[in-house]
Amino acid sequence: MKKNSLAAERRGKTVLSIALGIISVIYVLPVFAVVLNSFKLNTFVKTDTFALPIGEMSAGFDNFIKGMTFGNYPFFKSVLYSVVITLLSTALILVCTSMAAWYITRVDSVFCRALYYLCVFSMVVPFQMVMFTLSKTADQLHLNTPWTIPIVYLGFGAGLAIFMFTGFVKSIPLEIEEAAAIDGCGPLRTYFSVVWPMLKPTMISVGILEIMWVWNDYLLPVLVLDINDYRTITIHIQYLKGSYGTVDLGATMALILLSIIPVIAFYLTCQKHIIKGVAAGAVKG
Amino acid sequence: MKEKKITGGNTIRKSTRRWWPLFLGPVTAAFCIGFVWPFLQGIYLSLCKFRLISDAELIGFGNYVKAFQDASFTHAFWYTALFAVTSLVLINVLAFAVAYALTQNIKGSNLFRTVFFMPNLIGGIVLGYIWSMIFDGILSRFNTSILLNSKFGFWGLIILMCWQQIGYMMIIYIAGLQAVPEDMIEAARIDGATKAQTLFRVTIPNVMPSITICMFLSLTNGFKLFDQNLALTAGQPFIIQPDGSTIKTTEMLALNIYNTFYGSNSASQGVAQAKAVIFFVLVAGLGLAQLGYTRKKEVQQ
Repeated sequence: MKKNSLAAERRGKTVLSIALGIISVIYVLPVFAVVLNSFKLNTFVKTDTFALPIGEMSAGFDNFIKGMTFGNYPFFKSVLYSVVITLLSTALILVCTSMAAWYITRVDSVFCRALYYLCVFSMVVPFQMVMFTLSKTADQLHLNTPWTIPIVYLGFGAGLAIFMFTGFVKSIPLEIEEAAAIDGCGPLRTYFSVVWPMLKPTMISVGILEIMWVWNDYLLPVLVLDINDYRTITIHIQYLKGSYGTVDLGATMALILLSIIPVIAFYLTCQKHIIKGVAAGAVKG
Repeated sequence: MKEKKITGGNTIRKSTRRWWPLFLGPVTAAFCIGFVWPFLQGIYLSLCKFRLISDAELIGFGNYVKAFQDASFTHAFWYTALFAVTSLVLINVLAFAVAYALTQNIKGSNLFRTVFFMPNLIGGIVLGYIWSMIFDGILSRFNTSILLNSKFGFWGLIILMCWQQIGYMMIIYIAGLQAVPEDMIEAARIDGATKAQTLFRVTIPNVMPSITICMFLSLTNGFKLFDQNLALTAGQPFIIQPDGSTIKTTEMLALNIYNTFYGSNSASQGVAQAKAVIFFVLVAGLGLAQLGYTRKKEVQQ
């Protein structure tokens, strides 16, 4: 009797494994379709979306070459700007908000509390509420270049980062910092050589959330950046697909493939941290 | 009270206090530029008539009246609400089912988790274009397109959002399921409970906090959706009303606000800002309800 039910359970698990395996294959099909169509001649993308790009349908690497020089804007420039904006914004957010979070928790003045609650409040404000006025303000202050837009990201993204950092700083025992202070460390040294190393796990979580947000963001950069000179990858793809009458779907798919390869590579190498970071951000925000 | 003890009256506090320009300065300045000032200006401008910001002229609540009279806005509201609720139900049921299956000690669960979470990292615009190619590839066999029928647009967006969000919610559910005490489930089994009884009477009540978080998250995500909506259908198909105005049948609230701001009618920016304030109240209401609810739960535990 017992043996039977065990065997049944094992069989059930195998069936479940197979079912999930099939769903997984279906799950990656859309990405696979992008790969197929990036090597296909434009005229066949719409009619034979799911066919292999062989024979007369094959475009070789033409789509990639066409895509990269398409629409009067070189693709490599948008890649460069995406990388610059993402890295600068994430670095700026990590340094500034972690310092502020430590100060807010340790000093705990009226101003600190007000700032903290304002930050929490900003987390529930949708971007559409501020998009018009924010883009005008950024324009006036010349924050419309890839080198200055990180300040806008710091301002609009401070809420979640400060919230997550203060949550962590509260859990650090004060004795460690007091010992450092007794040993003669000033606040700056206490922060950078004692607190900073302990913040590492939260840094990774916040960093990953910010990287994913900034890299994929469309509306903020398109409204803030001077669009004739500076485009991110997302803006570039939207302009190719969105603003022309006849669209070269093959070339668009080639660019989409190029844009998701780094994302998937990043995911596969730091998967554990990414999943942890996303879960931490979700539970708190 | 515990916080008081940690931070009150100590050397760190005294010595750090005067360092505020360095520790708080950059964030405060950026926060004022990137949030506080645009937010306050946005509320003020929603009560104004303006083209540029410099010519703003206070007119009271006229913009709000116009916003509520705008048929495209009310259509977008109901469409968004319907979308948010439908996606909430589908995403959560499917994500919970997948998470439950993956926590049953089966072979390959790590690989499946990796695959299901992957779409989450791809940006909304790119997702929209990937799926528009796929839907049009299927629908072109029937001589139609996702842009021609608002039903296709609605369900297409639902499928897209399920594909993107199931992996995300799954992660939260897996964390919740793993926290359910093993011996509790064991005890239920010894008492003769069936698998289904254990699931509904023991497991689900224990993961209620995760369920609440996921429901709020998918609801606010649904309401705030913009990129995917823009890239997949951009509001098409359009219907011309008898009075000459257009209703974009698959246009959601965020896109409606965007189109009111940057569309062809440049005199409607005041109305657009009023719509944005209404949208903010709606989304913030949902967000604060979530914060309040989770805090209440935490206190109880």
